[in-house]
Amino acid sequence: MSDSHFLQVSNLEVSASINMPGDKRKKIILVDNISFNLQRGEVIGLIGESGAGKSTIGLAALAFARSGCGITGGSIKINGLDILSLSDREKNKIRGTQVAYVAQSAAAAFNPAHRIGDQVIEVAIQHKLMSKKQALSYANDLYAKLGLPDPENFGRRYPHQVSGGQLQRAMTVMALCAKPDLIIFDEPTTALDVTTQIEVLATIKNAIKDTGVAALYITHDLAVVAQVSDFIMVLRQGKMIEFGTTDAIINHAQQKYTQELVSIRVAEKIEQAQPSVRPLLEINHIDAAYDGSNKVLEDVTLHLHAGQTLSIVGESGSGKSTLARVITGLLSPLQGNIVFQGVELSAELKNRDIEQLRELQMIYQMADVAMNPRHTIGQIIGRPIEFYHGIKGAQQRRETIELLDQIELGEKYIDRYPAELSGGQKQRVCIARALAAKPSLIICDEVTSALDPLVADGILQLLMSLQKEHNYAYLFITHDLATVKAISDSIAVMYQGSLVRFGQKSAVLSPPFDDYTQMLLSSVPEMELGWLERILASRKMQSADH
Amino acid sequence: MATQHQTLGQLVVRRLLLGVVLLLLISLIIFAGTELLPGDVAQSILGQSATPEAVRNLRLEMGLDRPAAERYLSWLSNILQGDLGTSLSSGRDIGDMIGDRLGNTLFLASSAAIIAVPLAVFLGLIAVLHRNGIVDKIISISTISMISLPEFFIGYLLILLVAVQLNWLPSSSIVYNSMSFAERLQAIALPCITLTLVCLAHMMRMTRAAILNVMSSAYIETAQLKGLSPFRVIFHHAFPNAISPIITVIVLNLAYLVVGVVVVEIIYVYPGMGQLLVDHVTNRDVPVVQAVGLIFAAIYILLNMFADIMAIVANPRLRHPK
Repeated sequence: MSDSHFLQVSNLEVSASINMPGDKRKKIILVDNISFNLQRGEVIGLIGESGAGKSTIGLAALAFARSGCGITGGSIKINGLDILSLSDREKNKIRGTQVAYVAQSAAAAFNPAHRIGDQVIEVAIQHKLMSKKQALSYANDLYAKLGLPDPENFGRRYPHQVSGGQLQRAMTVMALCAKPDLIIFDEPTTALDVTTQIEVLATIKNAIKDTGVAALYITHDLAVVAQVSDFIMVLRQGKMIEFGTTDAIINHAQQKYTQELVSIRVAEKIEQAQPSVRPLLEINHIDAAYDGSNKVLEDVTLHLHAGQTLSIVGESGSGKSTLARVITGLLSPLQGNIVFQGVELSAELKNRDIEQLRELQMIYQMADVAMNPRHTIGQIIGRPIEFYHGIKGAQQRRETIELLDQIELGEKYIDRYPAELSGGQKQRVCIARALAAKPSLIICDEVTSALDPLVADGILQLLMSLQKEHNYAYLFITHDLATVKAISDSIAVMYQGSLVRFGQKSAVLSPPFDDYTQMLLSSVPEMELGWLERILASRKMQSADH
Repeated sequence: MATQHQTLGQLVVRRLLLGVVLLLLISLIIFAGTELLPGDVAQSILGQSATPEAVRNLRLEMGLDRPAAERYLSWLSNILQGDLGTSLSSGRDIGDMIGDRLGNTLFLASSAAIIAVPLAVFLGLIAVLHRNGIVDKIISISTISMISLPEFFIGYLLILLVAVQLNWLPSSSIVYNSMSFAERLQAIALPCITLTLVCLAHMMRMTRAAILNVMSSAYIETAQLKGLSPFRVIFHHAFPNAISPIITVIVLNLAYLVVGVVVVEIIYVYPGMGQLLVDHVTNRDVPVVQAVGLIFAAIYILLNMFADIMAIVANPRLRHPK
């Protein structure tokens, strides 16, 4: 067997079979006729939206399919051995030892009951590849190599005792520890903040280079995959759309779908000037805490004009969602007040009148759980029409249809249930529900972060056209800087509960920057080969200067 | 939210205090309950033919004329000093009467627990390993059939088969102080088997359900993708995370073994707490009934407290704070 084709995937088909009424079973093809080869030391990026079959292909390389699914066709050869034809026991001998897996959320993928170190060396010990002493010392080397703090003692900690970024690196150590030939990275940085992502991305890239391991790198973020892979395969609904070198895909995509992926972010708002009238919403010197002592927000002062968009951007733990809770009255601040339309809002939700509630609506990140699954779309949108405006019957139905037209879904959706809609459609229904109250301010809490890029872009364009037409003000909470750039009139940057920077979009996004904003902005991956190296090199120079 | 800031010690101490409060409440309920029982103790001791004069004298002598609250407090303070009072029917010290009986009941209950708990957990693990397969179904069907039959039925069935027809073991489980340990074990074999069969299904089903609940976690998939054997995935990775609900149900069953043995003790004529209780309820011997009730309640609360504390301790986030 020639070494050049160390992994050969041919005509892979993975399907799920679901029970249909009348004792019939229906086969749904998840991955359709996928073939590719991989040499040692090479990285193929698998890219596509949710449901494209990326993870399914990754798991198939371990001869594994999630429950309810099965590998129903094709072959996967590792070093010439067809792993799909092996017995369960023989498949287990390959898993972890020849092919290892790095999961999306290390926080969920580490067993909370055992120490990190024990889990890291488990493969090597259980498959009798190393003695415990050898495995421990190799793991310690890897902790050090991947930049984990106090490498000698790191393994003695429990998963909940370290940060998300450290855990994700530990997961990579766990995969490397048994010296596999191939590692499947399944969205390894998606759950991390951008500033953490860049460090983890760099360690993963170095680890691949140093150990010469081959890798499948699965992600929905083309800019990320451009930094680590030699080749990119674009997938859609289980089918391969395009395959080529990273340079070819990023710079010379042939297929229309790939071109769309490369050039997302059509939405772009031209910043409006701040009018000299009193702002719609004034947030004055807010301090807030959940348990009375540890302040989650400290002296936050912001304002937002009618018909404009204020984006609040920050990483997890920056207090941006807490601020939304204070504005909506779900959390009473320790200090400070909220002035809305020139009137101070009561700190507590129960003391606000129905008009104040109507004027201030909210859209959430998870459209799925924000809707009652047993109500039809018509009932979901009709409810605020009746509650705030007392409109029932035929008139209510007419207004509901009008709203459905506004969100570009139309009348035919009125009797459907949320479960029958896609993620983007569900979020549109949530928008319609907020609009039904006829508010003047809508708080959007990470409304696009659970959506695929193209769908998210559609939602942003819808929100902007609605704003133009009806003069809604948006308070947009997000961790995604690309979204911020696209939709804002003004931007507030938050870090650990305090406001770092606040002003017009053009002012906030142009130099001179404060250190944190500089780091945040430069951490957003750009769709450009060599971006990671460039940014790391410039940071190194900066820290050498200081 | 608030519990995250408490240390393990604080949580355990709080649970202990709660147990003490609960025990006090139970003592109040037991006292009130026996107070509400129809009939007068003095009357029932002396019989229907007693003169009203004699009944009145006895009432005075027993202090029954004092207000209930006062009698409760003196009863409680005596118990706290270790004095359970004297039996009305026999005049013996209740502490002495209970001593042996409690020992017998705990011996029977712990023998049953030593067999039932590991067996139930083991069967639960095997059921998960072969989930939805034939082995799983056989384990579930057989244990559930056992729990569906009332314990007196299982008891008499065992006597019929094992004692009467096969003549392997004695049908009555009378034990004496002079018996050797081996003789005792032989005597309690049948009640022990009966109790095991009765509580096995509950523990086994709960073990199975708790582990299956954990089996859908991402870290189980991680373990599977490490190529570990199915048994190691279940025993090493799933079981430790399912331990809290399993401990809870095991302890509930242990409490049942102690408190719920009444019927089994009667069937096998075993001289334990259950028999003592039944005998003295018939005699209207209120102090004995109160004492036995309180001891049962204390055991029940202690075991549950133990379960809660174990569940707290089993949480690695609390054992190893950041």
